[in-house]
Amino acid sequence: MYIIVVGGGRVGYYLARALLDEGHEVLILEKNARFCEIINEEIGSVCVHGDGCEAATLTDVGTGRADMLVAVTGDDEDNLVACQVAKYKFNVPRTIARIRNPQNEAIFKKLGVDVTVSTTNIILEAIEKEVPTHPLTHLLTLSDKGLEIVEVRIPPTSTAIGKLVKELSLPKGSRLALIIPRDRKPRMPTPSTVLHEGDQIIALTTPELEGALRAALAGT
Amino acid sequence: MKIVIMGCGRVGAQLGGLLDADGHDVTILDVDAYSFRRLSSTFGGTALLGNGVDEAALKRAGIEEADVFVALTQGDNRNVMAAQIAKHIFNVPRVICRIYDPLRQELYDTLGIEAFSPTTIFAQLVKEKIER
Repeated sequence: MYIIVVGGGRVGYYLARALLDEGHEVLILEKNARFCEIINEEIGSVCVHGDGCEAATLTDVGTGRADMLVAVTGDDEDNLVACQVAKYKFNVPRTIARIRNPQNEAIFKKLGVDVTVSTTNIILEAIEKEVPTHPLTHLLTLSDKGLEIVEVRIPPTSTAIGKLVKELSLPKGSRLALIIPRDRKPRMPTPSTVLHEGDQIIALTTPELEGALRAALAGT
Repeated sequence: MKIVIMGCGRVGAQLGGLLDADGHDVTILDVDAYSFRRLSSTFGGTALLGNGVDEAALKRAGIEEADVFVALTQGDNRNVMAAQIAKHIFNVPRVICRIYDPLRQELYDTLGIEAFSPTTIFAQLVKEKIER
């Protein structure tokens, strides 16, 4: 495939190297002449000095026959325009844009960019997957009543899994209000409701009993 | 009419002043508060600090009720992106955008943005002056 990479920063550089290793024809467009020189010294003549948003530059590098254009500059606006010019002027079948502001994902899709890659979102997803989120979240504090509403998710290691609600050693003064199983409808807990891994539990407690509640539901 | 202008440079400030003097409801947006010094002392519209490619800033500027959106920053791409957000996300009836690069201007004109290139216009103007 002939792939044009707009932006010869770190992302563009390593992307081009990886694509070259996979046997693709790769061309980098970079506005900064010095970056161009460095890239061409290090990985051969693959970088052309020019603005990847300019139709004239894109014509020069044969964008009409490109299979894909990937815009990875540090500016969302530039990446959008590079993709749009490629798509609407040169009919490049696939365009990919890097985005900084996750909000731009929807806008870019609407404006014709085929794929968006948001570093911010990728890192966020990785954090959510890799780092177990805190099992207890505060939803609402009724400070003048000395009460709070919290959410507890039953972790895979919890001793509460498989137990009935009445078997739990819940601290007196806290109550389970709602159980939201992972793929079933939420229900009001009864003494004979069984707890499962991943259940999301909405509970009422006092700040002092929070630790004991967490231990009863998420303890190991 | 309710008009939102992005970019308070020389052109933006002057346009804002003219439209305001004609009785339009003008909001002018810029990322640099210092640029608002260009507005005349009689300007009665709103000067707002914010980035026109940011949906929240556009909402604050009243884009949802705007009849016209004009993009006049120094960056062609920023203008183009803001203009498209105004047109396709907020459905502003009239969107006008400055694009210095004549080739990009042609492209966005065909994509439904009312784009004009000062480069082309000014070159034409000077040529006519010379040949007259």
